[in-house]
Order: sequence, then structure tokens, then C-alpha cells
Amino acid sequence: MTEVALILLSAVLVNNFVLTKFLGICPFLGTSGKVETAVGMSFAVMFVMTLASVCSWLVQKFILVPLDLLYLQTIFFILIIAALVQFIEMMIHKTSPVLYQALGIFLPLITTNCAVLGVALLNVQQEQTFVTSALYGFGAAVGFALVLILFSGLRERIEVSPVPTLFKGSPLTLITAGMMSLAFMGFSGLVKI
Amino acid sequence: MPAMLRNLAQRLGMMAHSFDGGIHPQQHKVSASLHSEACPLASLYTLPMKMHIGSPCSPIVAVGERVLRGQKIAKSEGYLSVPVHAPTSGRILRIEKAAIPHPSGMGIPSIVIEADGDDNEEQILEPINDWHNTDPALLRERVRMCGLAGLGGAVFPTFIKLVQDSRFAIETVILNGIECEPWLTNDHRLMLEYADDILSGLAIMMHMVKTASAIIAIEENKADAALVMREALAARDDMAEVRVVVLPTRYPQGSEKQLIYSLTGREVSAGKLPIHIGVLCLNVGTTRAVYQAVVKAKALTERMVTISGDAIAQPGNLRVRIGTPMRYLFGLRGLENFTGVRILHGGPMMGELLRHPDVPVVKSTNGMLAMREASFMGAHTQEQACIRCGHCSEACPSSLVPNLLVDQCRSDQFEKAEAYNLFDCIECGACSYVCPSNIPLVHYFRYGKGQIAQQRREKVFAEASRERSEYRDQRKERDKQALAAKRKSVRKTHAPKVEVVKENGPTTATDVVNNDKLNKGNIE
Amino acid sequence: MMGLLYALLSLGAFALLAGVVLAVAQKVFHVEGDPMVDKVDALLPQTQCGQCGYPGCKPYATAVASEGAEVNHCVPGGERTMLAIADLMGVEPKALEQEATAPMVAFVREDECIGCTLCIKACPVDAIIGAPKQYHTVLAAHCTGCELCVEPCPVDCIDMLVKPELIEHWAWPLPKTRRSKLGHERRENHAGHA
Repeated sequence: MTEVALILLSAVLVNNFVLTKFLGICPFLGTSGKVETAVGMSFAVMFVMTLASVCSWLVQKFILVPLDLLYLQTIFFILIIAALVQFIEMMIHKTSPVLYQALGIFLPLITTNCAVLGVALLNVQQEQTFVTSALYGFGAAVGFALVLILFSGLRERIEVSPVPTLFKGSPLTLITAGMMSLAFMGFSGLVKI
Repeated sequence: MPAMLRNLAQRLGMMAHSFDGGIHPQQHKVSASLHSEACPLASLYTLPMKMHIGSPCSPIVAVGERVLRGQKIAKSEGYLSVPVHAPTSGRILRIEKAAIPHPSGMGIPSIVIEADGDDNEEQILEPINDWHNTDPALLRERVRMCGLAGLGGAVFPTFIKLVQDSRFAIETVILNGIECEPWLTNDHRLMLEYADDILSGLAIMMHMVKTASAIIAIEENKADAALVMREALAARDDMAEVRVVVLPTRYPQGSEKQLIYSLTGREVSAGKLPIHIGVLCLNVGTTRAVYQAVVKAKALTERMVTISGDAIAQPGNLRVRIGTPMRYLFGLRGLENFTGVRILHGGPMMGELLRHPDVPVVKSTNGMLAMREASFMGAHTQEQACIRCGHCSEACPSSLVPNLLVDQCRSDQFEKAEAYNLFDCIECGACSYVCPSNIPLVHYFRYGKGQIAQQRREKVFAEASRERSEYRDQRKERDKQALAAKRKSVRKTHAPKVEVVKENGPTTATDVVNNDKLNKGNIE
Repeated sequence: MMGLLYALLSLGAFALLAGVVLAVAQKVFHVEGDPMVDKVDALLPQTQCGQCGYPGCKPYATAVASEGAEVNHCVPGGERTMLAIADLMGVEPKALEQEATAPMVAFVREDECIGCTLCIKACPVDAIIGAPKQYHTVLAAHCTGCELCVEPCPVDCIDMLVKPELIEHWAWPLPKTRRSKLGHERRENHAGHA
């Protein structure tokens, strides 16, 4: 039980993929303009990341290692992620055309999202078990969702407040992201074992 | 805190009757000690066709016709409306568009009466002295006929509030004698001078809504009025369950929803009326008008108006005929030159800034203030950046977050503003008053509300247009097919001959009329 | 050699599996038409005026949603409509080519009308009534001010009048302070900014 809690805590806060590992910055900046978009993106990433870590673990364990095909690792993982992304894309197009329109190019780009591939690769590198790798994938996705939604809330507020012309738009967005990252650094050393 | 506990604590005097938020502006009630005076007759009276909330009236008199005081000159159109009566005897001079007290400075159709100075009264209505044994529905009709609308400033037709519906049983009547706006003293004077009339009016209304419980709410700064009301109450034997409650002086205590919360601990939810929680809330002036309508058989042609402000040498409280020109009234109090003076219709917090004094006193005119430009909101043109001090949130009696709302209204993010409950704002002005950065918050909220209303109207119109257009396309398609079928049959019976004359089947009048009927409901 | 065979087989089998799953998903989540068309159409003012270069509001909505037409062609909708469409489609707002004019209504000078019914046929929202050889008149409440009836009239008896402003429809303007325009400028410059 302690392990489960530690993995989640670590993946969500202490080793947050976006603000501590700086993975997945592109969708983080691209889809955080509106809270609704950010929530949609978060769920899409959550779906892909969790399933990708599960599938990649299975592939690693039952195909790549027994057949000694570890050099095909990246290709296999990308294949898994691409299939999942295609699936979620169709699903969103059906269920919420507005979200589909709002996410635009960032939805297919989850395929090449370094955070998703990163989770899958880290899982096999760290030689996790099936359950912990699923948890780690899920935790990482929750961490991504957390910062994305928080950040979109901040951006919505900034959008309506009068700021100096020089800072309008991207500059202030980047500064805010930096400050959030600083804040998340405060989580390091949260748990002492 | 549970409402019951709160009520108990308030009854025992352990807790003040009040609401959250609010401010304490300077009182400036300079005219409080001045006895009310009857206003001398003017020569011209302008009666706008809409002095209430609801649909406008239509004139039932012709130019040149002679009218008497209290004669109905315009009839109400639709349910949410009350008629207009002549304020004095005279001749109808013209019926045309005239400016009304409105921030836009625009006008609406109005009846202008030239007074003959005799002030003859029409006596058609019978006084109902025995109202105890009169059917409430009859009394309600009398209240409607006499043109009563809430005299506190909102001018909601009074008869609608006095509804006898078993679904909305009234438990308590609240008499609003708060008058929390600075400068205004008309309700204060009414309570001092016409306490008995007001209590009789209250008794009539309690009979109408079949309740025995009522609260007369008075603010702390009008202790003399509370005393007078208590004495008048003690002298009557039919009002045992009526009590006078003195509330702490705090703006906007007199706002209906805030007052009901202060007294009962119950909140009127957004989009609902006090009637939905079993409360009837009426202003003291309206209550006196109910008494006059029922017992004296007098239509609403006169009201108490406070004339004050720092540009007025002799402030006072006048009993003014409705329709009296404001310029004339200001002239009576020694103000003739309006350069450097701004005129407010109502109090300084919620009143409307008028463009010129050439507008009449209407049913909602509780006060007319003439303020020197120097002392008048000058600060608001020097808006500074918001420093997120949060004073506005503390002051807001509706528990909104004004600093967020103002940013959303300013950048036209109306959907978000609505989600943050912009429409629960009562425009009391407390946020603008406390803002250290001089941000005119309420102006932004009014802008936002206006734009949202505009967008809604456009949406409805667009929907209707779309429906009409689709109907037309369908009809054209149908006509085309009918024509094709006809051609086919013609070809079958006769050998290929001349083409059929008609092209594309012309629009028939019936079709257009049908379409019109179809969409009428959507437009109105 | 064996290793290469395993690699090809496993990768091929896996890709085939993914392909089958996706094919099934495609059937399950099949989208009829373009749902964005109705959403764009709902933002348009429905004047059916054709000033956008398309025959009506719906065709323009279709063009924007599925053919990638620019978002700034709707003249009567003005800047607000353009921003709303840009926001919905997730594209950069574009400046309007033509300023929106005040809302208009058509008015038939009845004594000059010859009752030809041409304007009735032209009106996209059936806002003109009349019969052959009878005076026609415009139902002001339904007129969208599209001006489509002006051209066909053989005797030029239709005027476009500015819609009278009603006091009930009067709305408070933006406060006139130094900072009050800031929000609007920002929206113009940065709406839709990534």
C-alpha cells in the first residue's frame, strides 16, 4: 500500500512530468488556453498514457524480451501509442466535435508526445511490475492533467487582466509556466524514507 | 448558521438583523427634519406611457380633451402593466414622444396635460371603508385600477405581488422603511407624518394575502420613525402580530433580497421572487398608496419626493404630482442655473444620472438630487489598475467576486461573466464605492448585462429568421415538385406542346401569412 | 536470420491487430456529416443576405466548417461574430473587410408600388406581404435588412431605413475611462493566441 501511495505521489507531484522533468511541454502550452480544452486534453492524455504503459509492459514482457527484439522497443511503443491516439481521436470526434476542433493538431500530436513515450520507456528501464507500471502511467497522466488544468485556469485569468503590452501573450505564459515549475520544485523532499 | 438559530439570536437581541457585506456611506440626510410640503401646481404635466416595469400603456384620450384629476388617461396593455391617471384637471395638449428620466436621455410616447388650475377631481370610484369584509380579489382589482406600482424605485406593478394563490401562501409581510440611500428622506417623512395611513394600508394588504404576521423594518438612523410607528401600532387593536424591527444602518439594507435575508435568514434564490419563499415585501410609500386607493378611492397621482443635493440651497420633501417637470421643482427650491450641476434621479448610489432637467417626475422618482460637478464621482474618470485588495468582494451584498467580473465584462467574456453570476448583481454600487483604484465596477456590470441582453435578443431574432428561411426553402422545394408533377401529367395527356407558363411557383399570400403566424411567437 | 523473421512477424502481427481494432472503432465512432456546420450556423445572424459571397448563412457555415473558408466574411455579424467563429474553429481572428452598418429595415413606399411581387420572391425570410396588383408591405419585425429586395424592384420604391432605436433595447456603453478600452484592445490583438 505504501508503495502505491509513493508511486502516485512521486508521479503526480514530486517528479511531475511537465514541471520537473520538462516532458510534454508542447501540449502543455498549446492546449492550456481554455479550461474546457485543457480538461479534454487531460482526459485524452490520461487514457493514452495509462493504456500505453500497460500495453508497452505487456509487449516488453511477452514479445520483446523472449524474442530478444529489444532493438525494436521504440518502434513497438510508438506503434502502440499511435493506435491509441487514433482510437481516442475518433472517439472525441464522435462525442465532442467542439473539443475535437479546439484540440486541433495537438490531439494527433499526442503520438509524438515525449511524456507518453517517456512513461513507457521509464517503466521498462526501471523494471517495474505490471501493477506498478500501470500506476506509474496513471500517476504521470494525473500529474500532467493537474498542471495543465491549473495552468489553463491561470491563463484564463491572465487573459482578462490588463498587463503591460510587452508581456501580453506568450511571454507571460512562459513566465507563468516557469513560476509554476519553481513552485513544484518545492515538492522535492516531500517524503523522507 | 441555521436560520432558526439565527432568528432566535436576533429575537433575543444577541445578534443584529443584517446581511453580509455592505458599506457605510456618509448619510447626508439633511432633509430628514423638514416637514413635507405640498407642491404648488405646475402649468404643464408630462405623463410617460410607461412608468412601471412591464408593457407600456396606450392613451385613451384625444388631444384637446378635458380631463379631471384621477381620470384614467391611458389603459394598460397586457397583464404586467398598470394604467396612468391625470394628475390634475386640464386639457390634453399633445400626445408625443417626450424625454423620461432615463440615462439614455431617450424618450417614449407621453401625454402632455395643460393644467387649468382648478384641480377638479373625478369621483367615479367608491371608497371601500369596509375592506375587512371585502373580497380580496376586488381589492386587488382596485389596486390595479388605481395604477399602483412599487414606489421604492423598482415600480413593479403592486397588484401582481398581492396575488391570492394557494401555491404561494404568504407567511409574512415586510414593510420596507429602510431607505438606505444617502440624501433621501421621503420614506422617513412618510413614516413620521402618515404612520396611521401606512398601518391601515398594511392591514388591508395583510387581509388580502390572509396573514396576521408582518414586520416593519426601519434603519437605526431613523429612531424617531421607529418610535412613531411603534406608538401608532400600540394604538391599534387589530395588529397584535406586527412588530417594528430596527436594523443597523448599512447600505444596501433596503434592497429587497438583502432585507428579507436580514429579517428572516432566508435567501431568495436567483431568478425567484420573495413570493416563492412566502414573503411579501412592500415599500412604505406603496403601502400608503394602497390605503389611499382602497379607503379614499384615489388613483396614484401624487408621491413624496426628496429634493436635495449639495447644489440645492433649500432641500426638502415635497408631495409632488406625477408628471411635474423637474426643472419646475428645482426652480421652486432655488436652482435655476444648471451649469456645473449634475442631476440624479434617485439616490447617489443607484440613481440615474440625467442629461437635462426637462423630464417629468414619474412613479419611481423617490428623490431628485442636484450635485455640484466637483463633488460628483469625479474620481471615476481616473481609473487605476486593480490591486486585488478584495474590498469589493467584502462589500458585495450578493457575495459575488466583483474584481473578476469586471475583468470579464471589460474584455467581453460574457459567457464567463454569466457563469460567475453577473445577473445576481443588484447594481447597488457598494463595490465602486469602496474601490481604492476608482474602478467604476457597476458601470462595467451594466455594460456587460446590456451586451448580454442584446446578444440574447439577436439570438432569438436569428433563430426566428432561420426558421422562416427554412420554411421558405421547403415551400419552394414543394412548389417545384408540384410543378414538375403537373408538367409530367400535362405531357402525358397532350402531345409535347408549349411549356407551362409559370416559373418556380410564385409565393402565395396564404403561405406568407402562415409563415408569419408560425414565427410570431418567436419574435415577440 | 531467425531473428529477422521473428521481428518481421511480431511487428506485422501487432500492426495488424492495431489495424483491426482501429477499423472497428472507425465503424463505431462514425460521424455523420460535419457537426461543426450547425455550430457555426448558430453563430451567424441569419440575415441570409449573401454579403459573404455564399447564397445564405448555412452555405457559409458549411464553407467555414468543412472547406476552410475565412472567418471574416459575415458583414452584418460584425466583429463579434467573427471572433466567436474564430474562437469556435480555433483559428486566428482576421480583421473584417467591411464594417458592419447600423441595423436596417426595408420600407416600401406604398403609393409607388405596382404590386409586381418581385420583392416578395426575393425576400429570404418571407418578411414582405402582398398579392399581385396589390401594395406590398414589409413586416418590420421580421425584416433582417438584407437589401435583397431592393435590386429586383422595377420602380425602385423600396428604401432601406435605419432601424429605430428603442429605449427598452438601449444598453449601457463601456465606461469612458483611461483603462476601459484595454480589455477590448487585448482581445483584438491576442484572441486565439496559442
